Amino acid sequence: MLSWVTECETPEDTEGLGPLGYLTECKIRIGDAAEAGFDWLQANGSAVFDWISDFLDLMIEAILTLLQEPPNTGWIRDVGRGEEVYLYPPDLHSILIIAILTGIAWWLHRGWKVPALVAVGFLFIVNQGYWEETTESLTLVLSACVVCMGLGVPIGIAAAHRPRLYAGMRPVLDLMQTLPTFVYLIPAIVFFGIGMVPGLIATVIFVLPAPIRLTHLGISSTPQSLIEAGQAFGATPRQLLWKVELPYALPQIMTGLNQTIMLSLSMVVIAALVGADGLGVPVVRALNRVDTGLGFESGFIIVVVAIILDRLLRVRTK
Amino acid sequence: MTAVRFNEVCIMFGPHPAPALAMADEGQSRAEIQSETGHVLGVHDCSLEVAEGEILVLMGLSGSGKSTLLRAVNGLNPVARGSVEVSADGRMVNVTEAKGAALRRLRQNTVAMVFQQFGLLPWRTVRENVGLGLELAGLSASARAAAVDRQLSLVGLSDWAERKVGELSGGMQQRVGLARAFATDAPILLMDEPFSALDPLIRTKLQDELLDLQRDLKRTIIFVSHDLDEAFKIGNRIAIMEGGRIVQVGTPREIFSAPASDYVAEFVANMNPLGVLTARDVMEAGPGEGPRVGAETPVRDLMDRLAAGETALIVEDAGTPIGRVTSESVVARLCD
Ligand SMILES: Nc1ncnc2c1ncn2[C@@H]1O[C@H](COP(=O)(O)OP(=O)(O)O)[C@@H](O)[C@H]1O
Ligand SMILES: [Mg+2]
Repeated sequence: MLSWVTECETPEDTEGLGPLGYLTECKIRIGDAAEAGFDWLQANGSAVFDWISDFLDLMIEAILTLLQEPPNTGWIRDVGRGEEVYLYPPDLHSILIIAILTGIAWWLHRGWKVPALVAVGFLFIVNQGYWEETTESLTLVLSACVVCMGLGVPIGIAAAHRPRLYAGMRPVLDLMQTLPTFVYLIPAIVFFGIGMVPGLIATVIFVLPAPIRLTHLGISSTPQSLIEAGQAFGATPRQLLWKVELPYALPQIMTGLNQTIMLSLSMVVIAALVGADGLGVPVVRALNRVDTGLGFESGFIIVVVAIILDRLLRVRTK
Repeated sequence: MTAVRFNEVCIMFGPHPAPALAMADEGQSRAEIQSETGHVLGVHDCSLEVAEGEILVLMGLSGSGKSTLLRAVNGLNPVARGSVEVSADGRMVNVTEAKGAALRRLRQNTVAMVFQQFGLLPWRTVRENVGLGLELAGLSASARAAAVDRQLSLVGLSDWAERKVGELSGGMQQRVGLARAFATDAPILLMDEPFSALDPLIRTKLQDELLDLQRDLKRTIIFVSHDLDEAFKIGNRIAIMEGGRIVQVGTPREIFSAPASDYVAEFVANMNPLGVLTARDVMEAGPGEGPRVGAETPVRDLMDRLAAGETALIVEDAGTPIGRVTSESVVARLCD
């Protein structure tokens, strides 16, 4: 028994050890246990991880293709003499995307300030030559949103309806948010290799508690009087959820979305450490080379993106 | 025809009601039961029949169990013993045993409710709130529209249909609550102190409107109030509750003239007598000369006529004079 739990395996190891000797010599095997767990998962769960990995990869590729120039889209016309005429020059795609984002900003805010900020900010990024990295980081942020909201809202609803479940979940959520990010980068690499997917996984682990907590808060603070009004008029549990609880919780859920986006953006540098493309890559490179200029430049671009997203998302909810 | 029947209803809040119920049967008070078993007595052995088209008022101090008893009618509170039956599609249905879909059907079609704090969904418009019951019953938006419009015009809110309910005053919000309850065409309406949160002028106005509506709609209404003046004005009959038990049931006149206990008498003493007294109550014996008035004429009308210069009014019942009303007789009755 003792030999399983601690590093004192044989009787010789413990011979002549006083109490203090036990304390220092017989190290409890926490690291070994974790490793054994991960080994077991890797050996037995690889099909699941492959499936998750493929799915996330597909989503990332799709978003990336939308944001970057679609490859080989036949926009080039070969006019007789072998001359290539671009009907849709590659650089134009960034302008198109910026125009669409500006349009979204206008639609959300109905004023000129935020759209102007969005347009100027992104054009500045294009000018600095970071457009490609920005699209990659936006892809990571968007994918994290899809996964975190897709998981977080249902989990938050379930937790709000089952107080015991939430009580059990809380330590896990705390752990996900307080565990140093680097710690779960290692298993992320073990299970998902190097690239965008492990970056996304690390981001999701860090961010997911936010939408869960906020959805839980919104749903569980629905006033009893509104729930009873629904019940008194014959609502099914599902109708109560869709027509009373979710509309009531909507402002909180939107706050959760907002936080998801901002927290995901804060993970781009960490994600770069496991090989995810994006704005984190030049930051990491600058760190390795002690390149102050590059570091400042790329860091500043991240700040610009953060400001743009923050203003874009600050929609007044009544 | 009976619309709602309470059969010895006991409601006990707590996980194991049996021992607490036994204590209640021995006549122990709510405080004794709570200190011994930790259970809260909601209501105990309440039996009552409400006739179709009647307005029955549940009256009592705060905490006397009015809401608890009312909420047993649509199954919002579980009944520990006894049962509540409501008339649906021509037969009596036991609400206490109804579950799931059957209970929801009763709530959608048979029993609607109006809440003290309105219970409106603030993110919805007036129209969407009024249509809630029909929407939950599965009617499409177009099928709801006509019924909703009719209710809106009935409560005078047609011009406000597209506003969010938060933009409305309290009185208007409760009109929305009334319209929502009327819209389902449920024959039985439960009203839990619907006007208590409103200021006095609006309250009086809504009471009048409710009585006007009821003249045409003839629903069965169980109305909770802690105000005997309101109870006398609204109710055809009044059930007075104390500590989870019904202590007296009767018409306003019966309660006014023969309070069953000191508790009831206390209520009666504190109410405004002008709301209940009629010519029969304020007349004195003896002959006289003057215009004739019916025995049930409210005392307010008599006072108006006396103030306008009449010296005596002859009270008649079915054509025969039974007494006379003078300023002195009215004052004498009001002073004792
Ligand atoms: N859900 C509940 N759980 C525990 N006790 C309750 C509950 N609802 C009501 N009670 C108690 O039942 C008693 C009667 O309450 P209620 O019917 O609301 O009184 P009223 O409507 O006459 O003011 C009160 O003592 C109240 O505290
Ligand atoms: Mg009450």
